[in-house]
Amino acid sequence: MLRVEGITQIFGGLTALEDVSFQVEKGKITGVIGPNGAGKTTLFNIITGLYTQSRGKVFLEGTEISGFPPERLAPRGLVRTFQNIEMFSQMTVLENVLVGLHTRSRCGIFSCAFKLPWQLSEERRMREEAFRWLEFCGIGELADLEAGALPFGKCRSVEVARAMAVNPRILLMDEPAAGLNSRETADLEVLIRKIRETGVTVVLVEHDMELVMDICDAIVVLNLGKKLAEGTPREIQENPAVIKAYLGEG
Amino acid sequence: MKRDYLLFVLFTLVVLAAPCAFKGGYLLNVLVFMGINTMLAVALNLLLGFAGQISLGHASFFGLGAYFSGILSTTYGFNPWLTMLIAAVAVGLLAFGLGFPILKLKGHYLAMATLGFGIIVYIVFNETVALTGGPSGLSGIPNLRLGGILFDGDLKNYYLIWSFALVTMLLSINLAHSRIGRALRAIHDSEVASRVMGVNARLLKVQVFALSAIISAVAGSLYAHTMSFISPASFGFNFSVELVTMVIIGGLGSIFGSFLGAALLTMLPELLRVVQDYDIVVYGLLLIVMTMYMPKGLAGGIATLWRLLRPKKNGAIDHAQG
Repeated sequence: MLRVEGITQIFGGLTALEDVSFQVEKGKITGVIGPNGAGKTTLFNIITGLYTQSRGKVFLEGTEISGFPPERLAPRGLVRTFQNIEMFSQMTVLENVLVGLHTRSRCGIFSCAFKLPWQLSEERRMREEAFRWLEFCGIGELADLEAGALPFGKCRSVEVARAMAVNPRILLMDEPAAGLNSRETADLEVLIRKIRETGVTVVLVEHDMELVMDICDAIVVLNLGKKLAEGTPREIQENPAVIKAYLGEG
Repeated sequence: MKRDYLLFVLFTLVVLAAPCAFKGGYLLNVLVFMGINTMLAVALNLLLGFAGQISLGHASFFGLGAYFSGILSTTYGFNPWLTMLIAAVAVGLLAFGLGFPILKLKGHYLAMATLGFGIIVYIVFNETVALTGGPSGLSGIPNLRLGGILFDGDLKNYYLIWSFALVTMLLSINLAHSRIGRALRAIHDSEVASRVMGVNARLLKVQVFALSAIISAVAGSLYAHTMSFISPASFGFNFSVELVTMVIIGGLGSIFGSFLGAALLTMLPELLRVVQDYDIVVYGLLLIVMTMYMPKGLAGGIATLWRLLRPKKNGAIDHAQG
């Protein structure tokens, strides 16, 4: 599904990532973990087109997508969420999700300004679908609220609904549980499983180990910019190198 | 959304009826200017209020529209309607070409770049004397004519200008409630998230920049053909700043707000005759007080007032209007 090959990222004199390669299997939930500064978010930023890597390649279903800007990745079905939730805070929750439907609607400036008939029917169709994604994330009742006024936990759900509206084949989530309380994390876990059931492949960077071990089918461990290990949650839990990286030498 | 259209219908009726209240030519003349300023403020609002991109050079698009139309119709004898179209297309293309390099910049840098463009255009208006008449201006620009009507009086001009202004407002309201309007606001709130959602932020910013310039150019053509005289002084840096002031005072992202801002800034010089040259001080104070106490502008202030005065039915619904 998603394959990264020999990704190296150098910022000035600092090597943030060095020769990282792994593969994400279709329909599974893959976790990327590692201590702070391991390069997880940098890796996400490269895959999602926010950074251009110094070396290495990224493939989506066999097609090379290295260096594609995010707006070209969205229509190919690669979408991400952000650690610090990039909400469209001055828009309503519904409008946030409608922006997610941008690539799947066609009307340009002209047809929108003149409200041509097909624009009206497209708008109706978009609203229906946006509501479906709000219901999917269990926040239908929030549709008309201003996104900026929502509590943090609800923003997460809006962000997921917005990302799902893009119709992704693969969804990358950057620390989705960060800042959530335990009940919200439990809800998130249910939601992520639900996303997988729709056939979407999920990759998440996460610090909440309980969540990661619980829901991930495969785990990639990064440490100091290098891939340290990969395998099933059980294999990772028993891997001495991983234990050493997290706990230090005894 | 429905509220906007209801308001628009009411507003249109008021605009149509307004001249009955003002028999005198002088006030009508002020209202004609108000219409032109409304067009300009709405145009700039699309860029500044929706997409969140500043332009300190919008007076130059207004000026280019006016000069294209003025020169082609006066010196070369083109039909004024045709020159309006030529001006719109030419300015649109220019803005589109300019937009690609310039809109890569953000914040202060974008402000400086657009400011620079405005100054260059202003210098060109002044220096190409053979073409523009230089600082002493261009006179004898023909009026527009539609069928048997020649738009030469204040009342006729009023209806001409305001039909353009109303159409501009309606199209902008439509745009605001569409996928394009939402994409623009998304760019404003978080450009990176909008791009992840698949919005081609770079192209869309350039498109709305060009659209905004085209509307300004049309306003410029109308200005030239109704005033019959134009000079560079009307299209300088001061006017660019005044346009930004209109949009901010009116309320960023509010189409009716742009009208309110334009109305206030059109009337203010008339009301401030008593303080003469100190009117600029009043502008400054107004801008400071507004940004501090009414960050959402007149439109936002009125909306808040409306919410406070209206009997509360339900907390959640009340919140939703925010």
